Amino acid sequence: MRLLIASGYVIDPSQGINAGKSLFIEDDRIVGLLSQSDDPPEGTKVVDATGLIVAAGFIDMHTHLREPGHEYKETIASGVSAAVSGGFTTVCAMPNTSPVNDNAAVTRFVIEQAQRAGLANVFPIGAITKNSEGSELAEMGEMKSAGIVAVSDDGRSVPSAGMMRRAMEYARGFDLPVIDHCEERSLARGGMMHEGHWSLILGLRGMPAAAEEVDALRDCALAELTGARVHLAHVSTRGAIEAVRRAKEKGLSVTCEVAPHHWTLTDEAAQDYDTNTKVNPPLRSREHIDAIIEGLRDGTIDAIATDHAPQHADEKALEYDQAPFGITGLETAVGLAFDLVRQGVISIERLVEVFANNPARIFSLENRGTLRAGAYADVTILNPAFQWTFDVSRSKSKSRNTPFDGRAMTGAAVATIVAGRIVYLHPDFQHLIGFEHKALAKSGST
Amino acid sequence: MSANFKMKHLLGIRELNVEQITHLLDTAESFRDISQREIKKVPALRGRTVINLFFEPSTRTRTSFEIAAKRLSADAVNISVSTSSVSKGETLLDTARNLEAMAPDCIVIRHSSAGAPHHLARVCSASIVNAGDGAHEHPTQALLDALTIRERKGRIERLKVAIIGDILHSRVARSNIYLLSKLGATVSVAGPGTLVPREFADLIEEGVRIERSIEDAIIDADVVMILRMQRERQTDAFFPSMREYAVHYGLHLNHLSFAAPDAIVMHPGPINRGIEIASEIADGGRSLILDQVTNGVAVRMAVLYLLAGAGKGENGTKRNQLGSSPTNRGPQAGSAPRVGAVRESSESGKTGSAGKEKRERTRNSKLQTRN
Repeated sequence: MRLLIASGYVIDPSQGINAGKSLFIEDDRIVGLLSQSDDPPEGTKVVDATGLIVAAGFIDMHTHLREPGHEYKETIASGVSAAVSGGFTTVCAMPNTSPVNDNAAVTRFVIEQAQRAGLANVFPIGAITKNSEGSELAEMGEMKSAGIVAVSDDGRSVPSAGMMRRAMEYARGFDLPVIDHCEERSLARGGMMHEGHWSLILGLRGMPAAAEEVDALRDCALAELTGARVHLAHVSTRGAIEAVRRAKEKGLSVTCEVAPHHWTLTDEAAQDYDTNTKVNPPLRSREHIDAIIEGLRDGTIDAIATDHAPQHADEKALEYDQAPFGITGLETAVGLAFDLVRQGVISIERLVEVFANNPARIFSLENRGTLRAGAYADVTILNPAFQWTFDVSRSKSKSRNTPFDGRAMTGAAVATIVAGRIVYLHPDFQHLIGFEHKALAKSGST
Repeated sequence: MSANFKMKHLLGIRELNVEQITHLLDTAESFRDISQREIKKVPALRGRTVINLFFEPSTRTRTSFEIAAKRLSADAVNISVSTSSVSKGETLLDTARNLEAMAPDCIVIRHSSAGAPHHLARVCSASIVNAGDGAHEHPTQALLDALTIRERKGRIERLKVAIIGDILHSRVARSNIYLLSKLGATVSVAGPGTLVPREFADLIEEGVRIERSIEDAIIDADVVMILRMQRERQTDAFFPSMREYAVHYGLHLNHLSFAAPDAIVMHPGPINRGIEIASEIADGGRSLILDQVTNGVAVRMAVLYLLAGAGKGENGTKRNQLGSSPTNRGPQAGSAPRVGAVRESSESGKTGSAGKEKRERTRNSKLQTRN
């Protein structure tokens, strides 16, 4: 099977490429870039990418697929379907399922279910501690052999610094990054939103920014102590970003990600008690958003991750303090990230970096996050000018918990290619596919 | 006067404007004398149904709403849901939908979750009245407090109000801060540092003064509001002991020397004697605690009438009916002095100090000036 993604604008920061090129794919691998005048072999299927951006497949470092155990919220099949329609070719599945992915059997189950579902690549993340309870190390070595790419007790932090130190030292032996959800529990306990002006007005118990900052500082100190690879999930506070910035200046192996809702909405969004704004870490105040923007601009923040956290509508219909945390994110992340490009916060090259190159590098996903010859043919095709409105009723996810329903966006992923297969094509862009390269010349379409 | 009164629900004070608040207070004032009559009933809400849906234990507020509804001839139904049944039983929304199916005109809700009334308002076509939701708001308490202050002081503008106690968890404090500042009072607060977050200073545009000690907050205060110390909070260790709280943050007689000479003392009840307030003050001449309870009925009558009755403000014609008095006693204009006189005689029967009489004369002259 040969596929030519013709006449697009190829952006691949991993090779320093930013030019009008055609991308030639054979089976599941990238063969290379052709100049516009080069003719591909007869019978090559053609995707007309004129006016579109061609990038390495986007990788979501932080996805909750809910299977096994919470299939009523999401399944691996529904989750990857949402992923590819949002432009993601790869998702990394967090272990807080039921049972928790703290052993190789669960890891293998996730991988098998993902293979059955097809569509996107799924890389499981294993738990740091057994049942993510923070008291005994999980079998990281076994899970690594079964296919995990990192460890995390996401949804909660590892409460004891001593345990976190052990986890970092042990994970280092398997070259596994340790991901922490920074939340000092005694400070955040019982909190439902960011602690500040709006939590006081709404009478909802707050989680102070300090709860995240204290743990981020702790983890950076432990990264220095242990030399482990440490990745801070969904940073949302000025203090956490400053901690990462200082760790990087020291040359430590510390990275971090940010989720789109954390720069798009402030805590004011909770003012009508809409439980779709209830998320952990919580939506923060303006000063923290400014810090996130600055971190994206100066490179302190390595990646944009969705923290896609589907929750069933019945559970989100409870009172604000009873409803579970979480916002779905796979189908809105790219659209919201284009806001940053339009506002001049990041360049389009950097957009590709934070969605593709950096996640692949941080999780050591070989031959992904790049369009280099020989890499897996995972490709995301973007239209930066495409205007659309997110309609949650058409979401591929099983859940509907998003504060972005009805939001007008500019910029989207219009086609997603995984291992050389077109797994998603936006309904408005069906005409881009021709059967072989001559069809393109005949159609003369844009 | 009612041109700007347009409300479907009463969820909080924060979103009300001065005209709406004043109209609610004026209406309450005109209702106050119904409770003084021999036959304490008017037909204003005949044929309407009011459901009191209480998810938290409450005697005073629930009774107050029930009496208010009955004095307006509404059919009042009380539903008390123990919090324990919430976890095993149906969800709030399902409860609301079931009640809605029985076509009530008004649902009064008290709930331990902030925002529960907003939740109901989204799915119900009945008017929703917030009777206290978590630490968010308790609008009718603030209205009855304001009515009590206005009755005694003749105004709210330019008064200095001190609120003492657990501000962090208090819906009463929040609603009062909004209402009093909207009507031109200045508010200072004091309490243990763990229960008075610094961010409270910016709760409202006008600002709230956060004082370190109860004495500082009370200096020159015209009104001292004491909040109930919720003993159950003690498990969270916000302060070392009740004894220490009583010593440092309880209101003692000597504190009142810092306040304005004619300062009044209020408390939303129920009071913890000897903890947040000394008995001598609670039972003394400056205490308006029972007046607050009396005014609670009038305020809740006004709220139910304006939301569920002929006064409900969805279109002009209905609103215009407000001009004709709901009490069948003529328009409200000019009724305040009469009402004031009634209240005064009952009070002077209760206490008899010369100083108080003097203050009341002053108050009466203020009332006259206002009208």
